[in-house]
Amino acid sequence: MPITFSVNGESRTVDVDPATFLLYVLMEDLQLNGPKFGCGAAQCGACTVLVDGVPIRSCRRPMSTVSGREVTTIEGLGTTENPHPIQTAFIEEQAGQCAFCISGPMLYGKVFIDQNPGATEDQIIQALNGLICRCYSHLRMVRALVRYAQEVRR
Amino acid sequence: MKRTHGTRFFTTAEITNDARLALERAGFSRRDFLKGTGALVVGFSIAGRLDKLGASNAALAATLDVPLNQVDSWIAIAQDESVTGYTGKCEFGQGFRTVQYQLIADELYVPLERITLVVCDTAITPDQGTTSGSQSHPTEFGPNGLRQALATAREALFAMASDELGVPVDQLSVRDGVIFVTADPSQQVTYGQLIGGERFNLMVNADAVPKDPSQYTVLGTSVPRYEIPAKMTGEFQYVQHVRLPDMLHGKVVRPPVVGATVIDVDEHSVEHLPGNVRVVRVNDFVGVVADKEWQALQAAMVLQVTWSEGVALPPRADFYNYLRQQPSRDSYTVLNDDVDQRFAEAASIVAATYLSPYQMHGSIGSSGAVADVQGSGPNGTATIWSATQGVYPQRDSVALLLGIPRENVRVIFVEGSGCYGLNGADTVSFDAALLSQAVGQPVRVQLTRKDEMAWGENYGPPYSIDLRAGLNQAGDIIVWEYEGWTDTKGNRPTATTPGNIITGALAGFPTPPLVPGGGDPPTSYSNNGNADSSYGAGCVRGTCGGTGTVSSERILTHTIQSPFFTGPLRAPGRLQNTFANESFIDEIAASVQADPIQYRLRHLSDPRLIDVLNAAANAANWDTRPSPKPGNPPTGIVTGRGVACVLYEGNNGYSAMVIEVEVNQDNGQVTVTRVVTSQDSGPVSNPDGLRNQMEGGTLQGISRALREEVNWDDQKITSIDWMSYPVIRFGGRLPSMDTVLINRLDRLQMGAGECSITVVAGAIANAIFDATGARVRELPFTPERVLAALAERGQIRK
Repeated sequence: MPITFSVNGESRTVDVDPATFLLYVLMEDLQLNGPKFGCGAAQCGACTVLVDGVPIRSCRRPMSTVSGREVTTIEGLGTTENPHPIQTAFIEEQAGQCAFCISGPMLYGKVFIDQNPGATEDQIIQALNGLICRCYSHLRMVRALVRYAQEVRR
Repeated sequence: MKRTHGTRFFTTAEITNDARLALERAGFSRRDFLKGTGALVVGFSIAGRLDKLGASNAALAATLDVPLNQVDSWIAIAQDESVTGYTGKCEFGQGFRTVQYQLIADELYVPLERITLVVCDTAITPDQGTTSGSQSHPTEFGPNGLRQALATAREALFAMASDELGVPVDQLSVRDGVIFVTADPSQQVTYGQLIGGERFNLMVNADAVPKDPSQYTVLGTSVPRYEIPAKMTGEFQYVQHVRLPDMLHGKVVRPPVVGATVIDVDEHSVEHLPGNVRVVRVNDFVGVVADKEWQALQAAMVLQVTWSEGVALPPRADFYNYLRQQPSRDSYTVLNDDVDQRFAEAASIVAATYLSPYQMHGSIGSSGAVADVQGSGPNGTATIWSATQGVYPQRDSVALLLGIPRENVRVIFVEGSGCYGLNGADTVSFDAALLSQAVGQPVRVQLTRKDEMAWGENYGPPYSIDLRAGLNQAGDIIVWEYEGWTDTKGNRPTATTPGNIITGALAGFPTPPLVPGGGDPPTSYSNNGNADSSYGAGCVRGTCGGTGTVSSERILTHTIQSPFFTGPLRAPGRLQNTFANESFIDEIAASVQADPIQYRLRHLSDPRLIDVLNAAANAANWDTRPSPKPGNPPTGIVTGRGVACVLYEGNNGYSAMVIEVEVNQDNGQVTVTRVVTSQDSGPVSNPDGLRNQMEGGTLQGISRALREEVNWDDQKITSIDWMSYPVIRFGGRLPSMDTVLINRLDRLQMGAGECSITVVAGAIANAIFDATGARVRELPFTPERVLAALAERGQIRK
């Protein structure tokens, strides 16, 4: 069944089983690398994308529910040539090791800080509650988000 | 011009005819390969390269092993002055690739941006075994590594320039790949002019002199990680993103319980599903292949497989006793003959038992791989894109698995999610290979979370360790005994043992059983497993290799057959042993009312270990006094500090850590509030990269100390996701963290990635004791275990 939705600002139509979870379409049909399969159970956050600006776990989000909506992955924020300020902050802080988890901390952090630019470090950490980074680059990721918050406030 | 002087460089290192022929073939095949696929050398844009390396180019994969002793195996300089390095040590997120760039830039005096690195491709990179065991620095900077090849190349370039410019070598200088006459820089020649596009045809010269670390200008600086920007923007392609033309998707169907075998597979059960579903069975290996991943996932869930009963598993609750009751293979690290006599003489004896469970690598991304296998038998070929730590052993093992010659197998490393050891990367590579061979098309497999955790990886093994020490009247340790029980099943796959990992075993290859026996006295001292504590003198046959002063020791490890597959997990064995040893030294110190650091220093002899311990103590403003902390109430939240230190593997990185904790004595919650870590791994290659490793290792160590344990019921593993295998996540309080780097430019490079994690559990246990007077001796320190230890306080305190 054809489903049309927006991905990183572009209208895309895919013909898939509407029960298919969004992540599989992003990875396979649209060949995106930002959102990743970590657990398939919405437990870790590696598959995080924004749907209409709200961070969700794409590994459990049926395609039938994204029809007509706007999906943003970390590819939609910026590129290596022209990174988004939050990506610049993560690069400057070297906030990752394998960085397979990065969509979760980056997108949950971004949305929270955009809405709460005055957030404290503790509040930022709480906004990431439940996300997993198994290389444990937590300190650097929090530093990157604090840096981004300073950027937003500027 | 360029090659006519070649013979000059062979005077100290003759190439045999055989070696020359091998080089000709290997060299030509690689250069031809590079000409045909220029995309390979433009960095990490894999998409372009994959298009050119599909099944049609399988013949290209059939090359010889790349010899370690040839400069051309390691380095190529093009006419445009670009430099390509080739190495068999891979990047898993630990930052070593950036260090390899730095090493090339420093040794060859070329700018970083001129360098391209090709890593871990069995067809074109030198066989450096596995990338594991904190061996990348010692190996790459050692006599058989990249550095020696670079030094040889640089000396050769200088000699060529000397001929070209008519000036002796000692009157030449180099900058940015341009060699010039020191007194007249206008007289110059570039690397590209000297050798661009041609081979060195030179053996690595053991006498070539690498740059002294004090002269490094790129190494020793915090060069940003080369791949971080692409990882942050989603442009980076992990192995889970390898996409080939005509690629299908596979999923595996594992047994429901341990030991179950296939009775019947009902292929009709998935006939009605979309996606051209195909069912593959190889003995007890079962999988499905479909056009799309979602379709394969549905088919794997629907497929009807009839399995036999499983085997009875030893009860989890009694497992540490079970470990001690099985036939074992025994190994002494130290066996001094005066141990019993010393215990008889001791003024007092301290004894304790420490327990560590099976733990997982638990990679954040479940493992993935892509295989393109064509045929079987002598003409079969296979190309595998894998995040394995060992492309070379995997090549040999896959050859046996698939029944094709190893010359026809090519394994290409592509980074996956962090592995921390033998996670599911090899297993899933086997899965993809078997499925691809069955369907004759490229197949991508990414395991489900449950398949990764219950049927994908080789767990870090459990330990039960008895420690006993005898003290003299002054409270000094005069004798130390370690008796440990651990287990094993399988390991990394090798040329003869595909059954070392789960898929190989399911496909019918035997897992070599543990053979009981051993127990001979040691013939030389190796503390590779850190069974011997930091305080042991490690005296074997009159030679003492330990870091401490206790010269009467009996260090005995028993290994039994494990019911579950096991393998290296970050700081394998060393973490468990160091938890026991570093807890025990603290218990002894407390028994004589001594400060934990002062008491350690009384028994240490290695000046570098003493230095890291003092460095951590100073940075932490260590409060010198015995533990436990006086004045802490027996209820409510209390704080304390603990310490631990180790020389990792007995020779591979010095580390010390001071940890401060809060313990809630009402609910048993432990919170780490501050960590100070010091490390001495010789010359620091990349300070920020080392700090990143130390910080990550520390937090991962906190997770392993407080949360992680594999559990099972009477038939199967029950730790199958992040709820049933809890780990530290975002959301809780993060400790402040200070790292102290001791940069020893006059020493050899040592390992760096496993030091910090090794000392975390001991430091936490000691901090809990300092805060509460309660001793936790079983990992992980869950609230239940902390509460139990608190309840036993009166009985434990001396």
